[in-house]
Amino acid sequence: MLRAGSLIAASLALCAAFIQPAAAKVTISISCSSLGIEMELCRDGAQAWAQKTGNEVRLVSTPADAQERLALYQSLLASKSDKVDIFQIDVVWPGILANQFLDLNQFIEPAKLDGYFQTLIANNTVDGKLIAVPWFVDAGMLYYRKDLLDKYQLKAPETWAELEQAAKKVMEGEKGIQGYVFQGKAYEGLVCNALEWITSNGGGGLLDHAGQATFNNPQAAAALDRAKGWIGTIAPQGVLGYDEEQARGAFQSGKAVFMRNWPYAWALVNAPDSPVKDKVGVVPLPKGDGEHAVHTGTLGGQSLAVSKHSAHPKEAVDLILYLAGAEEEKRRAIKGSFNPSLKSVYNEPELKQDPFFSTFSTILSSVATRPAAVAGKGYNQFSSQFVRAVHATLQGQGSAADNLSGIRTSWK
Amino acid sequence: MRTLAQRRAITAWSFLTPMLVVLALVAGWPLLRTILLGFTDAGLGDFGESQFIGLANYRGLASDPYWWRAVANTLGFTLISVSIETVLGLIIALTLNTHLKARGLVRAAVLIPWAIPTVVSARMWGWMLNDLYGVVNAMLLGLGVIDRPWAWLADPTLSIASVIAVDVWKGTPFMALLSLAALQVLPREIYEAARVDGVSAVKVFFQVTLPLIRPALFVAILFRSLDALRVFDIIYVLTGDNPSTASMSVYARQQLIDFQQGGMGSAAATALFLIVAVFATIVVTAGRLRIGGVVR
Repeated sequence: MLRAGSLIAASLALCAAFIQPAAAKVTISISCSSLGIEMELCRDGAQAWAQKTGNEVRLVSTPADAQERLALYQSLLASKSDKVDIFQIDVVWPGILANQFLDLNQFIEPAKLDGYFQTLIANNTVDGKLIAVPWFVDAGMLYYRKDLLDKYQLKAPETWAELEQAAKKVMEGEKGIQGYVFQGKAYEGLVCNALEWITSNGGGGLLDHAGQATFNNPQAAAALDRAKGWIGTIAPQGVLGYDEEQARGAFQSGKAVFMRNWPYAWALVNAPDSPVKDKVGVVPLPKGDGEHAVHTGTLGGQSLAVSKHSAHPKEAVDLILYLAGAEEEKRRAIKGSFNPSLKSVYNEPELKQDPFFSTFSTILSSVATRPAAVAGKGYNQFSSQFVRAVHATLQGQGSAADNLSGIRTSWK
Repeated sequence: MRTLAQRRAITAWSFLTPMLVVLALVAGWPLLRTILLGFTDAGLGDFGESQFIGLANYRGLASDPYWWRAVANTLGFTLISVSIETVLGLIIALTLNTHLKARGLVRAAVLIPWAIPTVVSARMWGWMLNDLYGVVNAMLLGLGVIDRPWAWLADPTLSIASVIAVDVWKGTPFMALLSLAALQVLPREIYEAARVDGVSAVKVFFQVTLPLIRPALFVAILFRSLDALRVFDIIYVLTGDNPSTASMSVYARQQLIDFQQGGMGSAAATALFLIVAVFATIVVTAGRLRIGGVVR
């Protein structure tokens, strides 16, 4: 009893030490992703705003897995909590979370939004309401080991067949290296990878404007069958459990020749402590050999939204505009390879000289989009079914065509 | 004038009431609400605007092969992991019950896996079991046990085995501790008598020790089984929503959070509750019969 009592007393004292005297300035809570160095960049940016305006910011940490972050956001928002003012949301979430956020059209002059990519503004507009300001834009890219390809006199692959051959050649010559790693775990990342395989093979997108399936075609099935052929040959069996960070872990520790990942990995594989620093190149993902085969990358990216339960919406919007402003987006691009959502930032000299950003600009011209808008609230159900079908195919359970045709596109 | 019995009853109730109120608030009300939500089409975040739809959620559940897969996974997981934990725990308890030097230290060391929060240990095992940079594959490859890296968490058969192995690592100390507690109160005379009669050690274990600790062991098995039937953290951290390992709790979470189907998720949670309740009833009844048998 005595022990418990003193414990409580001690924790109360500890709490008291952390309680700040009441301040007149406003405290804005912002919840950023914590994938890679996102948290660090977000903190620096938010604190720069706090110093400029005299307000305070508080960072709410989140899981690295986007799906878990969505779950956390949903439970926070469902409880009508005012603990978080600003939410960093994924490109496929506007339809799911729209009711929980403020219409930013009422706070931001339309002219200020002209500089952003209009596809992103359209993506974030639900029933005429702008629910989030685009922050950075993502697309899948192919990372490759320049040093190893040079050693075996190979060039960066243009097609999936070339990638397979190059991977095999390097694997024969080097000990303990894998050919290709990607995101093969049964989660949203697999949707992005599979969409790239299908679209790059001329198999089209996933759902049409009416929400009907468009993936039941031979080219889509062939794309998945080819990916199945990688498992256990050029890709480790374990890739079926990899997310972004595990793929990066394998590639960055020098255990893979090729990797599919988002742009955030660029800054990290080239960090001073990275074993593969300066040995990595990026190109658009390979294309297939069917009709309409194209280089493509799944569109990703994150935006900033304000909770409708926020006590300080004005200051929150001001912080959003600072974070998604030209100066901050340029800093994030250079430091973290986050691609700006403002078109003008790509013309900054530092970015223009960097081949990474010019490669990314070419990818942006032919991105593949996930059917989040057409599926709306049902997107996660569609996504989950699609993931199961693709994952089963990769595991060798059933043919690609059968698994794809088993996906229902009607949901509540 | 109240009788002694009446006064006793009043005292008893006055002691019980606060506990019953707390239980009703923290356990009864959420349970009731979950059961009620299971009959509605509530979405996540708009529980107020839901419609009563009868048994539709349960029909959906019964016709979903992934639900039955999750039920099978959970039952298989429970059966295998609790069996292994019981046997290993008993062996460790028997070892600790002998006069070891520094027994306290060893006992504390054995308990460490149980003391680490499950999410932390699952994440730790996730890294150790990684196929390319995990220490488990590095060791097995180094020893020449395997010739190529195994995908512990991706291969459908291996991943359920990995999940069970991690649970065994974590659950065995609990079984060992409860078995040890039972062993330490056993009367010494019986063993001396057995030694005088020259009964073999194996026979002593099966004829004397096991029947005597059976009630305690049984309670430990019941606790572990109930725990294992609602397993969530180990599986979710190690393999996510992957249907080849998903448990009933993982399924319910996916319905409730990912799909935002409050009604369907609540129905799955209620079904999970019913299955656990049925299991507990069967085990307790069977256990009572067996304990009765021993007494006879």
